[in-house]
Amino acid sequence: MGQEPVETKWVGKRIVRPDGVDKVTGRANFGADMNLPGMLEAKILRSPHAHARIKKIDTSKAEALKGVHAVVTGADFPELKAASVDGGEAQVNLKDLGENLMARDKALYDGHAVAAVAATSASIANDALDLIEVEYELLPHVIDVEAAMKDDAPLLHDDMFTSGVEPQPKKPSNIAARMEFGAGDTAKGFAEADVIVERTFRTAATHQGYIEPHAAVAEWTEDGQSRIWCSSQGHFAIRSMTTALLDMEEAELRVMPAEIGGGFGGKTTIYLEPVALLLSKKSGRPIRIVMSREEVFRGSGPTSGSVVKTKIGATNDGKITAGEVELKYEAGAYAGSPAMPGCMTAFACYDIENAKVVGYDVVSNRPKCAAYRAPGAPMTAFAVESVLDEISEKIKMDPVELRMKNAAKEGTRALYGAKFKQIGFEETLKAAKDHPHYSAPLGPNQGRGIACGFWFNIGGESTANINVNPDGSVTVVSPNPDIGGSRASMVLMAAEVLGIDPEKIRITIGDTASIGYSGLTGGSRVTFAVGMAVVEAAKDVVKQLCERAAKIWEVDFEGVEWRDGAAHPASTNVGDFDPLTLGDLAAQAGKLGGTVVGASSINARGAGPGFGTHICDVEVDKETGRVDVVRYTAIQDAGKAVHPSYVEGQMQGGVAQGVGWALNEEYIYNDDGQLENPGFLDYRVPVTSDMPMIDTVIVEVPNPFHPYGVRGVGEVPIVPPLAAVANAVSHAVEKRMEQLPISPPRLLSIIDG
Amino acid sequence: MSKIHVTTSVNGEEVEYLCEAQQTMLDVLRDELGLTGTKEGCSTGDCGACSVIVDGDVVCSCLMLGAEAEGRNVETIEGLAAPDHLHPVQKQFLEHAALQCGFCTPGFLVAAKALLDRNQNPTETEIRYWLAGNLCRCTGYDKIVRAVQDAAAEMRGA
Repeated sequence: MGQEPVETKWVGKRIVRPDGVDKVTGRANFGADMNLPGMLEAKILRSPHAHARIKKIDTSKAEALKGVHAVVTGADFPELKAASVDGGEAQVNLKDLGENLMARDKALYDGHAVAAVAATSASIANDALDLIEVEYELLPHVIDVEAAMKDDAPLLHDDMFTSGVEPQPKKPSNIAARMEFGAGDTAKGFAEADVIVERTFRTAATHQGYIEPHAAVAEWTEDGQSRIWCSSQGHFAIRSMTTALLDMEEAELRVMPAEIGGGFGGKTTIYLEPVALLLSKKSGRPIRIVMSREEVFRGSGPTSGSVVKTKIGATNDGKITAGEVELKYEAGAYAGSPAMPGCMTAFACYDIENAKVVGYDVVSNRPKCAAYRAPGAPMTAFAVESVLDEISEKIKMDPVELRMKNAAKEGTRALYGAKFKQIGFEETLKAAKDHPHYSAPLGPNQGRGIACGFWFNIGGESTANINVNPDGSVTVVSPNPDIGGSRASMVLMAAEVLGIDPEKIRITIGDTASIGYSGLTGGSRVTFAVGMAVVEAAKDVVKQLCERAAKIWEVDFEGVEWRDGAAHPASTNVGDFDPLTLGDLAAQAGKLGGTVVGASSINARGAGPGFGTHICDVEVDKETGRVDVVRYTAIQDAGKAVHPSYVEGQMQGGVAQGVGWALNEEYIYNDDGQLENPGFLDYRVPVTSDMPMIDTVIVEVPNPFHPYGVRGVGEVPIVPPLAAVANAVSHAVEKRMEQLPISPPRLLSIIDG
Repeated sequence: MSKIHVTTSVNGEEVEYLCEAQQTMLDVLRDELGLTGTKEGCSTGDCGACSVIVDGDVVCSCLMLGAEAEGRNVETIEGLAAPDHLHPVQKQFLEHAALQCGFCTPGFLVAAKALLDRNQNPTETEIRYWLAGNLCRCTGYDKIVRAVQDAAAEMRGA
């Protein structure tokens, strides 16, 4: 029996977001907007070489420049320990984190930080960078993932021995890890197939492309009360990582969350904060560091470029009998590509008896990759959904029908181990088939593609405080940066439980000293998990209010019930009392034991997996190779859309990023291993005139583990577009797309054979 | 190096400032005048986050020198709303949820305002090309275009 949708009064309403006016008037303070008296500006010197030993750094001339107050290099940081530190979502290798922040013995990529300068102005700091003399010994470099896996490839780390291989190799390599899992017998499965398709797909490294560059302001104090203001996807993780690298206790650093100008996973780690704090310590002045766009591209995390070999077999009546995926993901200069989630998600949409996935996490002389929206999943979805598209052509079956026949449903055990509870994948397929877009006629040079996608979604540690003010208005304190409207969702859920109008509620994001630890704004978890914490805190408020009403009425607690924002006698047997509203009880708080403060701290379990199905129409200009997306429909199971406009917005935004990934975006390196396109002119993300309206259909199959049925929604929508676009182009030109981006020159060469 | 003295108008008010020769208008707005609503996304004129209106034209303030503002009329995001009410395009951005992170929003609003000052009945294509110099990575542009369409309708009294 599935869980029925919950009736709600406020959850599901499209209110204006609480931080909206600040954000349309320019008042909202983002990372770079903070300004402290006496503040210095800092700049970072970055390696121009892809791979080089740092023999010597002479900073004396820079230090002598008028206006320069401090210079730091890797030597100024405490020695790096082999340990791991809380990164909010996962444990992070402290040594890699520290070396990536500031190179020690070797620079491992073009853009790797080697020194930093603080000066009275940004222009003096920049002048000082030119005066730092770094003696490099150039080393051979490797950029391409498959080249990096070769036996004779230049080695980035002489202590990297592939994990996941038994016995562990004694010879170092660039392969950080190999992983493999599976079910059934793929040889038997392929033997049962009527049709087998095998292809190798490639995607380029792409950047998250948030419009706000990384920024941090830091102020060191000698009495253990240092402060950082920065935009991030989780100020608690910033605190953990910064204090671990600087040998501080967490209580010695308070991190204030600035508004965040986009992250998409890329602001879950540190690039600036410890550097700023160290410069502040050295100079005795507050420090601001703001990255340039070029630094964002060269020095902060893109996601992996990939090579994904995929083989799928099916019968003529559309049953998938076996599937295999072998993926190789670029990690950048340090281990940690999303190869594992790439493997885990590869076949998660489907119920396949015989399947096997193998993954390789490979380092090369590129910036260390960072999380990017559904990390690792879009690349395998591109491969698997492209092959399924080809199978549907070969067996002459409608591509939605093929997927429907093999769709994961309640009770399906996914290859990665989970047994799905109530999920909404089939519902998204049905909605796709029923959508007018799916049967609309196509014009000349147009093609239609469909593709599906899966993401786990996570829960995790979450807190919330709710303060009832003396006049009956309410303040919610959330621990998580609001990256896309989550304040509105929190207010709606609090209003629902408290039974009061959302306009009576204000919300603020607490700093690390003002509220208890919470995980990142990431993993599509905030509306689900922090929302659950807000619901729990609101229930705590209601409980306390009911206790007070019971005291006033001199009845048992069980005799009081809370509805429509007031305490009522639970039945006529309790007595005849006028309701006591939240305002009535707040006004008497002092007499009844003090202010009502609701609090919760949970580790949210039961994040409902998310599924989506996308339909994309493209038009190809066969003269120029340009592809225009002319119509797009995204369908997704949101469990319950708390604020439908922001759910639609997540879906539309994911689509646009996926379209960019499919058609234009790529890191381009020259022969010297230098990034050739570190700017928005040459790394071209979709602009307004590149996109059509993006139609959305929100399917609501409740997540049984959330009080309102909520599932995470932020990541699923970037999983299907790569394949949806590629399948559409493949149909328009009648040739299979195996490599992204499908840029005009690449497509022209394919069309011309 | 001596600084340059500039007298200009920002959001209808006469202001004076001293700037270095190489300081951009964006730097001046943010660092000298404290108007941090105008954002820096790239400093190369590719993202539009720093859009301001100078004598009626949309300009990337990162591509203009602070010294060039002498005697001009500069409008920034801080000047868009009246004290007691938002500009229709600001209001429609809120109603449509046409922002997620909000970082590109000031630039979009300023650019959209300049469009609506010229043309209160733009087609979808005109809106899309007018705003093609403003990057948004969160929304996929759908709700932004709809918000501008509805702001135009509101301004027409439709």
